[in-house]
Amino acid sequence: MTEINLTYNKKELPTRYTRLGVLLLAIGLVFGIVAFITDQNRAVFNYLIAYSFMISIGLGSLFLIALEYIVGAVWSVPIRRIVEFFAATIPFLAILVIPLLFNMHELFHWSHEEAVAGDEILEGKAPYLNVPFFIIRVFVLIGIWSLFYFFFIRNSKKQDTTKDQNLTKLNIKLSAVFIPVFAISITITAIDWLMSIEPHWFSTIFGVYFFSGTVIASLAAVTLATVLLKENGYLHPSITNDHLYSLGGLMFAFINFWAYIAFSQFMLIWYADLPEESFWFLQKWNGNWAVFSILLIIIHFVVPYAALLAHPAKKNPKRLKFIAVWLLFAHLFDLFWLVMPESNQLSEGYSFSWIDLVFPIAIVGVLMLIFKMKAKKENLLPIGDPKLKRGLEFHL
Amino acid sequence: MAEKKIFGITALFKDPDSIISAAKKTSLSGYTKWDVNTPYPIHGMDNAMNIKPSKLGFVTLICGLSGTTIALLLMWWTMSVDYPMVIGGKPFFSLPAFIPVTFELTVILATASTVAIMFAFFFGLPENSHPLHDTDYMKKVSRDHYGVVIEADDPKFNETVVKDFLKSLNPVSIDVIYYPEKETYPIFEPKFLGVLAATAIIVSLGTYLTLNSLMYIEPFNWMMNQDKIIPQSKSEYFADERGMRMPVEGTVARGFIPYPYLGELIPTEVLLNPSISTKAILELGERKFLTYCSPCHGDFGDGDSRLRGQFQNPPTLHSDRARNFSDGMIYHIMTNGQNIMPSYSSQVSREERWAIVNYIRVLQRAKNANEHDVEFAKNINIE
Ligand code: HEC
Repeated sequence: MTEINLTYNKKELPTRYTRLGVLLLAIGLVFGIVAFITDQNRAVFNYLIAYSFMISIGLGSLFLIALEYIVGAVWSVPIRRIVEFFAATIPFLAILVIPLLFNMHELFHWSHEEAVAGDEILEGKAPYLNVPFFIIRVFVLIGIWSLFYFFFIRNSKKQDTTKDQNLTKLNIKLSAVFIPVFAISITITAIDWLMSIEPHWFSTIFGVYFFSGTVIASLAAVTLATVLLKENGYLHPSITNDHLYSLGGLMFAFINFWAYIAFSQFMLIWYADLPEESFWFLQKWNGNWAVFSILLIIIHFVVPYAALLAHPAKKNPKRLKFIAVWLLFAHLFDLFWLVMPESNQLSEGYSFSWIDLVFPIAIVGVLMLIFKMKAKKENLLPIGDPKLKRGLEFHL
Repeated sequence: MAEKKIFGITALFKDPDSIISAAKKTSLSGYTKWDVNTPYPIHGMDNAMNIKPSKLGFVTLICGLSGTTIALLLMWWTMSVDYPMVIGGKPFFSLPAFIPVTFELTVILATASTVAIMFAFFFGLPENSHPLHDTDYMKKVSRDHYGVVIEADDPKFNETVVKDFLKSLNPVSIDVIYYPEKETYPIFEPKFLGVLAATAIIVSLGTYLTLNSLMYIEPFNWMMNQDKIIPQSKSEYFADERGMRMPVEGTVARGFIPYPYLGELIPTEVLLNPSISTKAILELGERKFLTYCSPCHGDFGDGDSRLRGQFQNPPTLHSDRARNFSDGMIYHIMTNGQNIMPSYSSQVSREERWAIVNYIRVLQRAKNANEHDVEFAKNINIE
């Protein structure tokens, strides 16, 4: 069997990535500020979508890292750094969240004391849904995630030089703790940011719904980065289409998972048809929101499902690149569908505004910059990982 | 004893690397009927053996899609065509409610029929064993060895050439595998089938008798016992212990229109005859009159009852009084009753009562025809 060459020469990403990232971020920043000045309400809702998207990428990636350790996956070791770079979004959430906290009254009906008074349901929920506790939750969760991120990464980085196998064992233990914490915290996050914008509504599966989208988004980001880096020769030559196949397979699985969860949520509410639950879906059927609802099924399920169904499709880099971009958009669209109909000015139906385009541009910029920054500091291959050789040798 | 038939020639290897290289060389050598056996899946084997992507996926796809179709057709036919039922106020064909079943049937047909097809075609039913089973080779490759087998079915097969080729791969050992001597199918043997049937019968009978006769548990009660109040049963829940509740006061039964002039001698409002004397209506009226009214009033309304004095004879319906009744008055008498004549509203429906009124009008005109009527009757031809 041919020996795999484990020597790794670090190759810098070109500086034009940084320039492009800065440009996109600058565009986003400038127009974002204009948006906040001209139409605060719309800007805040859009910002919430962008922020949730960042949570998806960061937290989803951290989950993927933990998943690799806990199940002892081998194939993903050579591309774990890419996942780690995306997980680096997490500490930045503490900064990114600030504009939202200053505009809570625009977002959250329950944050108005006069609205809560006399509203039986909101009064009942007030011990949980109140401004101080909300802010505490937000920062405690970001803190916990950052802590886990920090330890995972520190161990992984340390291994590059020490080649110490115990660091892998340590990370396995860390994952075992992280995964339940992740499950609870992502549920809280979904309830706080996405469900409580309609505080009268409730759905017990909502956390899982957000989770399914989160994993899709982070997988798509990882796949896109892997294919692009591979095409441009930044990855180890032993990272083949078989590795891509695993990514494609996971994406395919989670597309199904999302559809399963989304449909479960819909069907139970549709079947029982209780006014206190069904109004949320009716809101998303109001005016031309119905078109968005139908499109969501097509964009988030039908198209990617068909595109990834066949075996060869899951290892075709071109197809994967396209589907990865598609799925990133699909998750954004999903969040848009969750959030936008709840804004008062759009409750009757959607009407276009340039503000809706601004924040996604900024997201791309921010992610590019974070990725570039990490890639500059760290190796693109976890050269000290004991599973690396087997990971590179991975074949279907 | 006939000469034994060769199934194939095997070669054993000690480690995964040599089996991979052996597989690569064999696939390059041009043999087509050959296989590799290893104790666990070896990554990269498909590549080394140069195996084309399996077509089984298409079988699965087609089976899955037929599951989708069958499920949807089944539910469409049963739930919205053959026996439509209102469930939760949903439309008869309501896709969301059908999706779980569709999903299940898709998955189950896709998987089950893939397995079935694998058994039928790839495992060679009714053969229940493979010549490689029960050989030392199989024992070794399911433990700590890795083996290659080149089958005799291969068009290029030649015993000495194959042996030489396998030797060139540096195996630990080489073996010739023969077909088993007896060419029978054990799964068709009467003994086997008998044991199978006996097991099925004993297990089911045993379960049934134990549960039903020894433990007095109904094996399947098909939901007969449910925590619900059934008709005519008592209920502890209500103070009066009636399981069946009285309808709310003022409830009107479906298809029933209350008659507001009950007990009145003459209805306080004028009732207009809503039906028109078409042929069909008159025939209906005739039929109903003969059924319900003629026993007392006679076939032509003359008051000549067939009751032979057991009930007081009614007056003729051709009196001036009866002829001057309004349609509504006759309807009222039928609905309300008059003196000893009982009400017919429970036997004869509204439409039928109005039809009878029309028919009585025909009888009255026929019995009391004037010259004009005679002229008129001459001009119409009666079929
Ligand atoms: C059980 C025998 C009986 C049957 C059947 C019966 N009736 Fe009578 N009907 C009578 C009697 C008796 C009277 C006379 C009642 C009275 O004293 O006012 C009467 C009276 C009438 C009168 C009023 C006659 C008058 O001059 O006051 C009409 C009209 C009439 N019936 C119509 C019908 C019609 C139509 C039916 C068929 C639906 C019918 N009846 C069935 C016994 C019967």
